[in-house]
Amino acid sequence: MVSTMTANERQAALVISILAAIVGLAMAAAGRHDPLGVHGAMVLLTGLMCAFWVIRDYYKPEPPATRLAAYYDEPIKAGILLALLWAAIGMFFGDWVAWLLAYPEMTFDAAWSSFGRMRPIHTTGVIFGFGGNALIATSFHVMQRTSRARLADQFTPWFVLVGYNLFCAMAVSGYLMGVTQSKEYAEPEWYADIWLVVVWIAYFALYLRTLARRREPHIYVANWYYLAFILVVAMLHIVNNLALPVSWAGAKSYSLFSGVQDAMVQWWYGHNAVAFFLTAGFLGMLYYYLPKRAGRPIYSYRMSIVGFWGITFFYVWVGSHHLHYTALPQWVQTLGMTFSVMLLIPSWIAAANALLTLNGAWHKVRDDATLRFMMVAAVFYGLSTFEGSFLAIRPVNSLSHYTDWTVAHVHAGTLGWNSMIIFGAIYYLVPQLWKRAHMYSPALVEFHFWSAIAGTFIYVFAMWNSGITQGLMWRAYNPNGTLAYSFLDTVIAMHPYYIARAFGGLLFLIGTLAGIYNVWRTIQAAPARTPQSDQPILAVAQQAGS
Amino acid sequence: MFGTHYKLERYSIGLAVAIIVAASIGGLVEIAPLFTIHETVERAPHMRVYTPLELAGRNIYIREGCYACHSQMIRTLSDEVERYGPYSLAVESQYDHPMLWGSKRTGPDLARVGEKYSDLWQSEHLNNPRSVVPQSIMPAYGFLKRTELRTTDLPKDLAALKRLGVPYTDAMVRNASDDAKGQADPDGAWADGVRARYGDATHVRAFDGDAGTVTEMDALVAYLQVLGHLTDVAHASEAGAGK
Repeated sequence: MVSTMTANERQAALVISILAAIVGLAMAAAGRHDPLGVHGAMVLLTGLMCAFWVIRDYYKPEPPATRLAAYYDEPIKAGILLALLWAAIGMFFGDWVAWLLAYPEMTFDAAWSSFGRMRPIHTTGVIFGFGGNALIATSFHVMQRTSRARLADQFTPWFVLVGYNLFCAMAVSGYLMGVTQSKEYAEPEWYADIWLVVVWIAYFALYLRTLARRREPHIYVANWYYLAFILVVAMLHIVNNLALPVSWAGAKSYSLFSGVQDAMVQWWYGHNAVAFFLTAGFLGMLYYYLPKRAGRPIYSYRMSIVGFWGITFFYVWVGSHHLHYTALPQWVQTLGMTFSVMLLIPSWIAAANALLTLNGAWHKVRDDATLRFMMVAAVFYGLSTFEGSFLAIRPVNSLSHYTDWTVAHVHAGTLGWNSMIIFGAIYYLVPQLWKRAHMYSPALVEFHFWSAIAGTFIYVFAMWNSGITQGLMWRAYNPNGTLAYSFLDTVIAMHPYYIARAFGGLLFLIGTLAGIYNVWRTIQAAPARTPQSDQPILAVAQQAGS
Repeated sequence: MFGTHYKLERYSIGLAVAIIVAASIGGLVEIAPLFTIHETVERAPHMRVYTPLELAGRNIYIREGCYACHSQMIRTLSDEVERYGPYSLAVESQYDHPMLWGSKRTGPDLARVGEKYSDLWQSEHLNNPRSVVPQSIMPAYGFLKRTELRTTDLPKDLAALKRLGVPYTDAMVRNASDDAKGQADPDGAWADGVRARYGDATHVRAFDGDAGTVTEMDALVAYLQVLGHLTDVAHASEAGAGK
């Protein structure tokens, strides 16, 4: 990675690595009696390792100017591999905790291995580790291709990737030590949150600088979504994580907000993490890779516009549907419900636009598992947004809330939509980036597809059943007006569904591992020729002219 | 409309500004009034604050991720009121930084679990849930009883919360470490100080059954036993509604 940087970039990388090491040392010293010290050591180690890499290649010859005639794909490759590594970690812990709900003794008698500490490793690992790295990697790819321009420099992409993964690593290692803010999907503590803001600003600046170099007058719709993802996630992250650290020498902080206001801020964040991390960013992926793989242009420009602005405007209102019948004022609940229902329109416009793009290419969907991953993703996106609007309706929510129905809904989205589009994009990207004719084993891609689909269906059906069963049991009355079931009765009734869910998750994990093996073998295979079309042609022309 | 957009999408900064504006409106309309409309949070003049030991227990509850399976928010539904008690009011979590309303009930709601079970039951149940409830799927927290509670930092914790608006007095902040030890040791030297500062209704007991050392089990049980008992306005408003 260092050999592709210019002398100035190597200098910058060295200075920033050393700065990071110094900050890490300070954290480790100040927090020596606290988990903060462990994270300080991690930062120190990361800084030193990066400095070592830079120094090792510091005096290697600079890359030739001809590099500007090609896209900068090294960080994309690294991002894809990191995404796959996080997928394995996140899904492994997810399945482990799923089995724990059926067999609670399937763990060690140690604090780190209890359900409560491992569950956020699953959520952070898959959402931020797997999803986040995939978003960053694909955004680097899409912004270059749709702009016909190379990334603005050779250092910032690495800063973003390494910095982001340092954040994820601090997050999950923190949970094992009991470091958490308890805010769902925003568990990391104050210092990790501040670090993520720094990384995010660099990411946004890189995006704008690359767009500024574009050779296309218009910014393609995929980039609108990636931009919304970067900007709104920054806004949500900063506001929701406002907190007062107990001291500079410790990890613990107290949220600036309390009670009802804190609940509203948390679910404004929580639902918009779904909206702008798991939806906007992923629609960016869908809007580039699905048309490319199908070989068809996006069905409708106008539907793209209506879908995009509808999603950007409506989504922010809907978080309060997580707080129906609670102590949150009724008017906020009603607003949340109303906008949740209206949100179905732009969501379905976006999904329909993707599916209609496939008109004329359905035979490819039949034959090509990679395109099928993307098609299924669009279908699950449509289904889970429908379910989301439905669950946000107050009386429906009275049954579904607090039950596994919500878990079913979330996993229809994350397994069926987010993971499927990531795997589709990865199977499209890996042969192209590593310059191979095709994946090592197309049969294994088929296997991955079917195990992922089967796993998703088993998971979602199991959780629908358990959620609706438990919701109905909680509210069942005897003829004499007393409650029919104790809470424990409802827990016992969940047992078979919890086994089925853990099995579905296992199938999904096996598919993922097959995918990782397939990617690994593809990288090991002998390279083929670069396809002529995958170069910034105007950059080539400019090069020849100068 | 589409013509305007055709122009807008040529400017990255313009697009970024438009995105921020479109995505800010909903949050502003729904969140800002919650800080200004006074009816959002009811009044509870006699509500007490968490003692240092209860706060330490609350931080253990957070650390172990208990909120992932237990809610602390009873909804305004008849079956919930019958199962768990009067529905939760906003004021009851006004000092909760952060709130722990939760979003999932793999286990039951805990908003009013305080004093529902004995200290012995709670500590046995946390130590090994299946020794008390054979079909329970809750994790066993055997290490709580084995781990001594770290009380040295508690003054800083209280000071931080005081800065955020929780009405701790200077004496409470100063004596936080001793108060934590005193609350779990009813016959010890510090027990009276806890009652003097936090009121006579404060539970001063050897929560884990052993007055000798203050363990994490003491703290967590002390926290669980006070849930739903910081104020009685929820019961009062239910009685009022009954008339």
